[in-house]
Amino acid sequence: MDCLPGTADEAGGGEEEGTQLGVGIEVEHLNAWYGKTHTLQDINLPVPANHCTALIGPSGCGKSTFVRCLNRMHETIAGARAEGSVRIGDIDIYKDASPVVIRRRIGMVFQRPNPFPTMSIYDNVAVGVTLDGTSARRVLDERVERSLRQAALWDEVKDVYKKKSGASLSGGQQQRLCIARALAIDPEVLLMDEPASALDPISTSKIEDLIFELKHQYTIVIVTHNMQQAARVAENTGFFLSGKLVEFSPTHQIFTNPRDKRTEDYITGRFG
Amino acid sequence: MRIKFHQSLGDLRERLLVMAGMAEQAIQRSIEAYRTRDLSICELVFRSEPAINRLEREIDQMALDLLAMEQPMAIDLRFILSVIRINADLERVGDQAVNIAVRVREMGAFANYDLPVDIPKLASLASAMVRKALQAFIEADAELAEAVLALDDQVDEMNDAAFLSLSTLIKEQPSLTPQSLNALIIARNLERVGDHATNIAEDVIFWVRGADVRHASTAL
Repeated sequence: MDCLPGTADEAGGGEEEGTQLGVGIEVEHLNAWYGKTHTLQDINLPVPANHCTALIGPSGCGKSTFVRCLNRMHETIAGARAEGSVRIGDIDIYKDASPVVIRRRIGMVFQRPNPFPTMSIYDNVAVGVTLDGTSARRVLDERVERSLRQAALWDEVKDVYKKKSGASLSGGQQQRLCIARALAIDPEVLLMDEPASALDPISTSKIEDLIFELKHQYTIVIVTHNMQQAARVAENTGFFLSGKLVEFSPTHQIFTNPRDKRTEDYITGRFG
Repeated sequence: MRIKFHQSLGDLRERLLVMAGMAEQAIQRSIEAYRTRDLSICELVFRSEPAINRLEREIDQMALDLLAMEQPMAIDLRFILSVIRINADLERVGDQAVNIAVRVREMGAFANYDLPVDIPKLASLASAMVRKALQAFIEADAELAEAVLALDDQVDEMNDAAFLSLSTLIKEQPSLTPQSLNALIIARNLERVGDHATNIAEDVIFWVRGADVRHASTAL
C-alpha cells in the first residue's frame, strides 16, 4: 500500500489542506538493533491522536532511536534494523507502506535547524512539496504561506521570503522554518527530536507555543532532555532507560507522583 | 547529582524541625502555665511567638526559592509543598499556645476552682498527636502518620465532653461563668492543635505516598 488512508489528496489541496486531524500511533513489541546491540527492547506504547507525547530519559537510553523507528529512519543507518509493529492510523508502517511514503506522512524536526543554505526561505518550505510532484505555482504559493503561518514565521519573513536565504534567519527562526518545511508536506504526525535544545528561551517559548497550536491538527511526539519542557507541552510522557520503556503515564503523574522508582530517581536528579 | 539542591532540601527540613521544636515547646509551656497558673510561663509563650513567626517566613522563603530556582519534581516537589503546609500548621500551633496563655492569664484574675474538665489530659493527647505527626515527618513514615489521624476523634470527643460539662456548670453556677468560658476556649484551642497535627500527618502521607487523604471522611 502506497498511501495512508484519510490523507488529503495532493491535487485537491486548497481549503482542506492542513485541517485534517492527526492519527494515533500504536507501537507493539518494537525492538531495534544497531548491529548486535539491542537498542530498543520490546517497546509497547500508545500515542493518542492530536496529543503531544514527550519522551524523556538519559543520553543513550533509546528515545531518539524510538522516534526514528516511527518514520523508518532508523533503518537508513548501516547495520541498523527494527522489528515489531508500528501502526499509524490503520497502517503498519513496517508492512503496509514504503519508507518514502511513510516519511511523507510523518514530518520530522531535528535538534539543529538544518535549512538548505543555498535556497530561499520559500524554496526551503516548498522543496518537499515539489519533490512530491506538485509544481503548480498557485498550490506551492498557498502551501508555503500556510506552512509559514502555521510555524508562526510568516509575519517575520513575509516581505523577504522569496529572496532571503533560509540560512540568513536566526537559529530560532531557522527551527521554525524547518517546522514549516515539515508541515508543508501535510503530515499527520510530527516527530521532534530535541527541537529547542539549541535555542534561547524566547525561541524555545515560541516552539512550545507552536506545539500547543499544532497538536490540534497533528499528532506530536517530542524527544526532550528538558523535563520542564516535557511538563509544559505534553499530555503524556514516556521514560526510557537502557532501551526499555520504564513508564508511560499522563505527564502530570510522571512529574508529581511517578509509579516507578527509576522514573522518580531520574526526574529528581538522583539517577545513578 | 544535584548536590546543591539536595543540600538545600536538607536545610529546609532542618529549619522546619527547629520550627516544630519551637511550636511544640510553646504548647507545652502554655499547658504548664494552665496547670500551675504561673504567669511567668505565659510570658515565655508570648515572647516565643515573634520568633516562630519569623521562622515561618524564613521557611516559606526557602521553599519559594527552591520552587523557583530548582523546579523540583515528584517526591521533591511533594516534599516542598508539604513543608509549606506543615510550616503554616506549626505557626498556627504556636498561635494556639498564645491563645491558651491569654486565657490562663485571664483565669488568674479569679479564684481557683476545680473545674469538671481534664485540660491536662486533653493537652497530653493533642501534644502526642503533634509529636507523632512530627516523628512521622522525621522518619518519612506514612503508617505512623495514619495512626495520628485515628487519634483526632478522641480529641474531638474530649472537647465535646468538656463543652457539655462546662456549659452545664455555667447553667448551675453562673458565678463560675468566666472560669468555665476560659476553660472551654482552652479546650477548643487544644482541639484545634489536634486538627493541625492531623493536617501535618496528612501532609506526611502526601509527601511519602503522593496520596491526598484530606477530607477523606467527607468526600462525596
